[in-house]
Amino acid sequence: MGPLVVYEIISENVNLFLAFVIGIGFGFVLESNGFSSSRRLAGMFYGYDTTVLKVFFTAALVGSVGLLFLGLFKWIDLSSIYINPTYLWSTLGGGVVMGAGFIMGGYCPGTSFCAASIGKLDALAFIGGMFIGILIFTEGYPLWEGFYNAKFMGSPVISEMIGTSRGFLTLLVILVALGMFWVGEWAEKKFARDDYKLNQK
Amino acid sequence: MNPYLGGALLGLVLVAAFWISGRGLGASGAAKSVVVTGVKTVAPAHVEKTAFYQDYLKSHTNPMKDWLVFQMLGVVVGGFLSGAIAGRLKFTVEKSPKITNKIRLIFAVLGGIFFGFGSQLGRGCTSGSALTGMAVLSLSGFLSMAAIFGTAFALAYFARKLWI
Repeated sequence: MGPLVVYEIISENVNLFLAFVIGIGFGFVLESNGFSSSRRLAGMFYGYDTTVLKVFFTAALVGSVGLLFLGLFKWIDLSSIYINPTYLWSTLGGGVVMGAGFIMGGYCPGTSFCAASIGKLDALAFIGGMFIGILIFTEGYPLWEGFYNAKFMGSPVISEMIGTSRGFLTLLVILVALGMFWVGEWAEKKFARDDYKLNQK
Repeated sequence: MNPYLGGALLGLVLVAAFWISGRGLGASGAAKSVVVTGVKTVAPAHVEKTAFYQDYLKSHTNPMKDWLVFQMLGVVVGGFLSGAIAGRLKFTVEKSPKITNKIRLIFAVLGGIFFGFGSQLGRGCTSGSALTGMAVLSLSGFLSMAAIFGTAFALAYFARKLWI
């Protein structure tokens, strides 16, 4: 029965070691899919390369279906996994600031480390900026503490909020993902660029 | 790699993280550990009298001995291995052919500042809040996904010279 660390099947130190192994898998998959390229990441927002959209939604689809089945097989106790809390204003406000950072910098935090690992200097610059941004947040915390903690809603799961089953909501996620794939394939044809090759080495 | 195969593998990594550790993937939390450790090393007296750091250190006695820190070390190793196998290891600045390296680097730093700040305000970044949050069907996961990607789409026109 998982999670293994919650049920004390593995120790805290083994958990940290496995975090490292999981990270290797995470970084390897990101890099193999070209998430180490800022032009590819930004390409999603102009339609010329929607790899990120496809990978992201396939991962969300496989992740939610995987958790659903592990739960049904009783291999994982879904009540003891971490659910992100919702603080309405800071979740949205933080997302808006991150979106602005994404289109300017071309990376998000995970992909910037991945890109830096293969020598992208713009990713190193992004990481430097990220440390500064976090420092601004921690140093100025009293200034935004109120906004940060406003509208706390607990850790709601959407299926429970709208009174439906996890399975039905997962089905909706699958349908949304399929819609996104269709949009992505369409956009890559419509916004193809002469100076940019898909799946470049 | 085919993006759908890649996405499926990423989803499996995510499920493995939940099965083993009861939590999903993340990135910005590790950067925060580094920042807090840095401040603590450079200005211990300042950390002593700042409520934010004291609160953080109460729940993270040793910020570097943290799940996300080990996971991010793995990301760097995994990314390097993939790049080495595919022959992509190279020091380079990636950008649109229309702009200079200097402009690209300035905007990379600026973007990093925004993303770093936003990830703290939003309690997680694209990995920890949007992707992981969506997989567990949490409200915050869908909200942050919509806010991050919606804003980037809305601003894409103004930043187009950086990329196309």
